[in-house]
Amino acid sequence: MHPGHGSVSVALAGSGGAGVMTAGNMLLEAAAQAGYYSLMTRTSGPQIRGGEAAAMVRVCSFPTDAQDDRFAVLAAIDWQNIGRFAAEIPLDSSSLLIGDPAQGDPPELFLKSGARYLPLPLKALAKQIEGGWPNMVALGVLAGLMRLPAQAVERAVARSMKKGREAGINAARLGMAQAAAREDFPLPPPPPKTVRWLITGNEAAGLGALRGGVRFVAAYPITPATELLEYMAPALAKLGGTLVQAEDELASINMILGASYGGAPALTATSGPGLSLMIEALGLGVTAEIPVVVVDVMRTGPSTGIATKSEQADLNIALYGLHGDAPHVVVAPNSLADCLGATEWAVHLAESLQVPAIVLSDQYFGQARAVVDVPVFQDRVVARLTAKNGAAYKRYALTESGVSPMALPGTPGLAYTADGLEHNERGIPSSQASDHLAQMDKRARKLAQLDPGENWASQEGGCDGEGDIAVLTFGSCTGPVREGIARARADGVAARLVSLRLLSPAQPERLKQALAGVKRVLVVEQNHSGQFLRYLRGEYDLPGEVASLRRPGPLPFRPDEIYRRLLELGRK
Amino acid sequence: MNPPASAALAAKDFKSDYKPIWCPGCGDYSVLSSVTKALAALGLRPENVAVVSGIGCSSRIPAYTTCYGFHGVHGRSLAAATGLKVARPDLTVLVASGDGDGYSIGGNHFLHACRRNVDLTYIVMDNHVYGMTKGQASPTTEPDWDSKLSPGGSGVREFHPLVIALASGANFVARAFSGDPNGTAAILAEAVRHPGFSFVEVLSPCVTFRPDQRAWKERAHPAPVAPTDDPARAARRIMTDDGFNIGVLYKGNRKPYRGAVPATSTVAELGRRFELQGG
Repeated sequence: MHPGHGSVSVALAGSGGAGVMTAGNMLLEAAAQAGYYSLMTRTSGPQIRGGEAAAMVRVCSFPTDAQDDRFAVLAAIDWQNIGRFAAEIPLDSSSLLIGDPAQGDPPELFLKSGARYLPLPLKALAKQIEGGWPNMVALGVLAGLMRLPAQAVERAVARSMKKGREAGINAARLGMAQAAAREDFPLPPPPPKTVRWLITGNEAAGLGALRGGVRFVAAYPITPATELLEYMAPALAKLGGTLVQAEDELASINMILGASYGGAPALTATSGPGLSLMIEALGLGVTAEIPVVVVDVMRTGPSTGIATKSEQADLNIALYGLHGDAPHVVVAPNSLADCLGATEWAVHLAESLQVPAIVLSDQYFGQARAVVDVPVFQDRVVARLTAKNGAAYKRYALTESGVSPMALPGTPGLAYTADGLEHNERGIPSSQASDHLAQMDKRARKLAQLDPGENWASQEGGCDGEGDIAVLTFGSCTGPVREGIARARADGVAARLVSLRLLSPAQPERLKQALAGVKRVLVVEQNHSGQFLRYLRGEYDLPGEVASLRRPGPLPFRPDEIYRRLLELGRK
Repeated sequence: MNPPASAALAAKDFKSDYKPIWCPGCGDYSVLSSVTKALAALGLRPENVAVVSGIGCSSRIPAYTTCYGFHGVHGRSLAAATGLKVARPDLTVLVASGDGDGYSIGGNHFLHACRRNVDLTYIVMDNHVYGMTKGQASPTTEPDWDSKLSPGGSGVREFHPLVIALASGANFVARAFSGDPNGTAAILAEAVRHPGFSFVEVLSPCVTFRPDQRAWKERAHPAPVAPTDDPARAARRIMTDDGFNIGVLYKGNRKPYRGAVPATSTVAELGRRFELQGG
C-alpha cells in the first residue's frame, strides 16, 4: 500500500484531444459518488490546443485542497512531452507507471523515480469496444486500482456523457477489469455522508461575488481568471446584471468604477499583468471612495511569466502598488471553497467602507475542481451607506468612522462630482494642506476602525498554549501547511497554524494574541523573494526566531516538506 | 441648490457656483454654456444627468455643472461612462474630453466606445494642444507646430477623429464650434436625443497656447449639406471638407448596446447547481 495519508493520488496524462481532463473530471465525480472528498488540479503545456496536459486527482477521506507528496499512479494515454510534467507529478518506488506500449517507453524522468512500469495496451483495449476511447479505459483502470465501486464510476460516466454513454461505461468497465487483477491502492473507508459541493475556485469566487451583491462586471480575458468571468457572464444575466467585455484592463477597472459610482456593486477579475494596468484607477477608487472589487487570480510573474501556472507573487503589488498613500483592502481566500467566502466578504468590505478591495486568489485555486463541504457564507453583507436627502450635502464629510453617506446619481439635491483630485468635504477640488490631511485621515480611519472579527485569519491549534511553534501563511499554501502540521503533531511536534485572510488593513493586535507563547515562527509562501515575510516584518512584531520556507511557483508545497521542517524546528 | 421638481429649468440651473480654472477667453466656457443650454432645452433635471470626464482643461467641466459628476483618471472617461450607463440606463450620460485625453491616452477606448454603441454623448473639446501641461503637441496638432517638447514640430500627421468615429461605428457624428454656443447647444441636444453613441467634436480654441486659433471664428461655417445616414458618404465628405464644416454630419440607425435583462433566477438557485446529487 502506498503511504497516501488517508488518500490516494493519481494522475492521467496525454497530449491534446486524448481527453485526460474529461476522464479526470469523471474520476472526481466517481469519487464524489462513492462518498469521498476529492481534488483535481491540472497542468498543461503552452499550446492553445493539442498540447499535452495532465489531470491530477487526489481522492481522500477528508476535505483538502492540498496535493499529496507523491502520486500512487501515473497513467498516460501517450508520452509525448509528458516528461516536462515530471516535477509536478512526483513519483517514488511505490508508484506505478501505466502506459500503452504502442506509445513507447515512459520518459526516463519518470522511470528514475524507481516507479514500476506496467504496460497496458489502452488503445487496443478501447478498440475492443465500439466507440470506446483510451481515456475511458484509463479512467476505469485508475478507479479500479483505487477499488472505487463500479456503480459510482458508471454513474459518473453516465452523468457526464450525453453521447456514447454506453461505450463510455463499457470502456471504463474494461479498464476496471484490467485493474482487478493487479495490486491495488485501496482507499480508506469513505467519511460519513454530508452535503457537499463540486466546484472550482474560480466558480466559487464568482458565486461569492454574486452572493455579495455584485451585479456589474467588466473584464478583459486573461489566464487563469477567464473561467471566473465565463462563469459570471451567464449567471449575471440570470440575475438581471451585466458583464461587459472590455477592450483592455484599463477599461475594465474604469467601467466598474463608473458602474459602482452609479450604485451597482461591481467587480472585475484578472491576473498579474491586468492588475498592473488597473493600479492607477484603483487609486481613483481610494480617493473618490468608490467601492470596487478586483479578483486577482495570481499566476507566475513577472511580466507574462508562466500564464497557466500558480504563484503567490502579486502580494507586493496588491498591498503597495498604488501611488500615494492609498489605504485599501486586500483579502486572500485560504481554501478553494473559501474563494466564495473571501470574495463575498471582499464585496462586503468594499461596499461598507467605500473602498477598493483586492482578492488574491491564484491559479491553483482558480482552476482546481474539488468536492468540498458546503462553503461558509458571509453571514452579513452590509449595503453601502447612501445619502437620501439633506441640505448642503457633503459627500466627503469628516465622520467619526471615516465613512460618509454616498449620494447615488438620480437623487435630487445631492449632486456632487466624484474626483481623483484631492478635495474638501463637499468634493470640491482643493490643494490646501489642511484638506489633504483631513481627507487622508478620513480614508485611513475607515480601515483603522474596521473590526474583521474572526474573519481576519484561520487559526488552528495553539489551544491551551500548546506548542511554541507557529506557521504563518496565506492563500493556497494553507492546505499543505495544515496537513504538514497534522503529520508533525502525530509525531509529537505541535504547531499552530495562522493563515491570514485579511492582509490589508493589517491586524497586529490580533496576530500578537494568536502568537502568544510562540518562540519559533515558520513563514510559508510561494514566491521567490519572501514578499509575505517582508510584509509580516513590516506590519507586525514577530516573536522569537523566524524562519522562511519559500519558493517561486509553479510547484506547490507538499505536506511532507512542511512536516520535515516542523520536525527540524521541533528538535531545536 | 436644485429648484423644485415641478419647475421648468433654465440653463443657469445647470451651472454650479464653482469658478472654472480656465484661462480668460478659453473656448471651453462657451462649451459649458452650450451644455447647460442643451440640458435645459431637453427638459432634463440635473440629478438625472451625469457628466463624466478624464484629465485635462476640458475635463474639469463636470464640477461646473449642477449634475452628478465623475472626474476620473486620464483617458478613461469613456470606460467609466460605459460602466455607469450600462449599470444605470435611466441616467443621461454625457462624456467630456479633449484631444489629448480622448485621442491620445484614451484613443483605444474611443474606438471601442464607437463600436459598442452604448447610449452616450461624447463631447470632445479639441484645441489641438495640451493646455493643462502648458503647450505640447496633441494628436490633432499640425505636424509643423513648434513647441518646447517637439522643437520644429512633431513631424507626425494629425489624427482624424470624425473619420475614425465613423469607421468604428459611432451612431452620430457632428462637428461644432465653441464660438457659436447656440448652434453647439442645438447639436448637443440632438446628440443626446439620438440613440447609441453620439460623438460631437467641438473646435474650442486655446487662446493661451494657440492664439492663432482666434482665426477659427472666421473659418468656421455651417456644413453645406444635410446629415446623411450613409457612413461611406459621410466619410467622404468629412475627409474632403476643410475641417470647419459645422453641423451634424452623420446620423446612423445602429441598435444601441444591449444591457441587462430582467432576472430569471436567484443566487440561492445558482448555488444549488454546485450541490452534489446522489452518492
